Amino acid sequence: MPASIKGRIYTMKTNYILKNGRVIDPSRKIDRKMDIGIRDGKIVSPSKAKDAVVIDLKGLVVAPGLIDMHVHLRQPGRTDKETIKTGTKAAAAGGFTKIVAMPNTTPPADSTANIELVNRIARDEGVVKVYPCACISKGQEGKEMTSIGSLKKAGVIALSDDGKCIQNHELMRHVMEYSKSFGLPILDHCEDEKLGCGGVMHEGTWSVLLGMRGMPAASEEIMVSRDIILAELIKCRIHIQHVSTSGSVTMIKDAQKRGVKVTAEVTPHHITLTDEEIKHFDTNHKMNPPLRSESHRKALIAGLKDGTITVIATDHAPHTETEKLVEFDYAPCGIIGLETAVPLCLTQLYHKKHLTLMQLISKFTVGPAEVLGLKTGLAEGSQADITIIDPDLKHKIDASSFFSKSRNTPFDGCEVRGKAMATVVDGNFVFSCLPGIQGMIAHR
Amino acid sequence: MTNWTRKDLLALYDLDAGEIQLILDTAQEFKKVSERRVKKVPALRGKTVVNFFVEPSTRTRASFELAEQRLSADIVNMSASTSSLSKGETLLDTAKNIEALQVDLIVMRHSAAGSHNFLAKHLRCGVINAGDGAHEHPTQALLDMFTIIQKKGRIKGLKVAIVGDILHSRVARSNIWGLLKLGAKVTVGGPATLVPKEFRNIGVRVCDNLKDTIEDADVVNLLRIQHERQREAYFPSITEYSNIFGLNRETVKYLKPDALVMHPGPINRGVEVEACVADGPQSVILEQVTNGLAVRMAVLYLVAGCLEK
Repeated sequence: MPASIKGRIYTMKTNYILKNGRVIDPSRKIDRKMDIGIRDGKIVSPSKAKDAVVIDLKGLVVAPGLIDMHVHLRQPGRTDKETIKTGTKAAAAGGFTKIVAMPNTTPPADSTANIELVNRIARDEGVVKVYPCACISKGQEGKEMTSIGSLKKAGVIALSDDGKCIQNHELMRHVMEYSKSFGLPILDHCEDEKLGCGGVMHEGTWSVLLGMRGMPAASEEIMVSRDIILAELIKCRIHIQHVSTSGSVTMIKDAQKRGVKVTAEVTPHHITLTDEEIKHFDTNHKMNPPLRSESHRKALIAGLKDGTITVIATDHAPHTETEKLVEFDYAPCGIIGLETAVPLCLTQLYHKKHLTLMQLISKFTVGPAEVLGLKTGLAEGSQADITIIDPDLKHKIDASSFFSKSRNTPFDGCEVRGKAMATVVDGNFVFSCLPGIQGMIAHR
Repeated sequence: MTNWTRKDLLALYDLDAGEIQLILDTAQEFKKVSERRVKKVPALRGKTVVNFFVEPSTRTRASFELAEQRLSADIVNMSASTSSLSKGETLLDTAKNIEALQVDLIVMRHSAAGSHNFLAKHLRCGVINAGDGAHEHPTQALLDMFTIIQKKGRIKGLKVAIVGDILHSRVARSNIWGLLKLGAKVTVGGPATLVPKEFRNIGVRVCDNLKDTIEDADVVNLLRIQHERQREAYFPSITEYSNIFGLNRETVKYLKPDALVMHPGPINRGVEVEACVADGPQSVILEQVTNGLAVRMAVLYLVAGCLEK
């Protein structure tokens, strides 16, 4: 291969051999110690990675690159909260190689122009792969559907009105029928807007004791049931975002048994925290769906265990300190999650023996890949998107070291076990805290 | 003997029985002061108190102001419209600016639950809660308990019924915590839409009809019904509320002859209570108002004393 093409310096990519790691690839049900080669951005047999840098990964897990299918990058419009650059850095630092950008930007991503903009910035400035999701309805207003076919051509991977939920069942039905032809999954934020309107936390004992307006579990469950009924009618797929109630899990499980193509995701914070936290009035516990009670939290973990919920996604929702440093009622909903997801899930699910490492990694790889139609896995010939994880490393979450532009997390200072040690995208170490391996961004 | 160690009074949820009793005992002393010819004492001389009423109030504000004056404090009054909140300043910035004027105490009312907890974390000066949304109104509950003790001699073992819109009531929540901590048996009652069953989880009896709620009560505390709750579809009409849940000439017969009738005000005559009951022999509504002064003097005195340390 010539050293330069048309005058442009062409740098040969570094080849690597990842030695002695415990390779866990849920796509092929592999869990064993083996070496992996990386050549020209692809996974190869170690013998074919010539002049490779050899990295000893003894004691570490080598997993397919993690996918987060629920991220708010805030660009365009709210670059004071996050940008595609800072958000993808945070993703890399958290172990994610592929992320789905939610469309509730300003303006909302409901046009091909907006999608092209996101794709261009992601290509120029992104550290990991960004897959844009477009709005289901124009302006997220829940009135008219977007140009779904054109958006697909512009490179959209899915549709969502996340943050809002289409209240008009007729429109939802038509969107599901129409989008089916284009193979685009619909990711739905399920919430009845009238039931619990104005709520700021889960409706239950704590909302009653604190005198705060509650958001009942029924508000989510009514729309989950609506989505299941329509998916069954149309025989299309539907994906439920950030499931938060036991009733939702039960309905999804029953529907799956009947053969309805419904999938679901859960966030790390909904399996870690409950509504009792709100008694401290810290706005970093305010999110939508809200933190629910202990019985709901347990049901979500059970849903992960029995396979009803196949995806863990962060709902990474950056907000500025100024926006969050207000009365609880007035604070915006949401917390950041890209840089805490892996430690939290390892601590809550793996170390507490709810899931094996294989099962947990599957929720971050095979699960979202199946919903989105993405490739995952460490088979030879695949793109070298890899996450290297230390499942046992004890450390304290330190929000001041985050790459995200925002700091709105309730987990600052939490003791956790497990961490993403390096993130590889197309054969490049985009993040590394491995000794001697320089990443595009360094651990700090 | 309990010592007061808090720079803030945020919620009765936070206090233990000893601390509540200390406030009530201190109020007893201040009540004597209010009965003297010269009603002013120098306890807060040289201290500055800001009454910051983000949500409007007349009686609580007047009661706090008078209590502060009788303790010889310097006073500044602010409301949402006279503060920079109306110019888009955040609550925290406004409060920090007040604090920068070397103020000792902020007495605040705010429509959002937990606002005082939020501010107290970020301020060195003391914060007294004069009502935060539907969360708590600690001085109202303290004056209610003070009045009960004046009339009944004790709280422990008494049956206290709170009737009306429990869901939206900060008075109910503070009363529930205070009364439970001092050993009363608490019942809440009213339309099922306005009386959350979840109160059972902390040992409160929950009823949905008036007779069961009040018939064996030693004290009945009636809450104001706001007309907007009808528009929000919590009950069909004010007339129906008054007929089914109001204390009137008919329903007053359910009461024990020595039961006290209380109301935090302002009263909707003819809605939750009829004139014959509000002005009747069992009513202690105006005594509550008088006692409010002594209770607020006690709270201001204790909190200011802690700041000095």
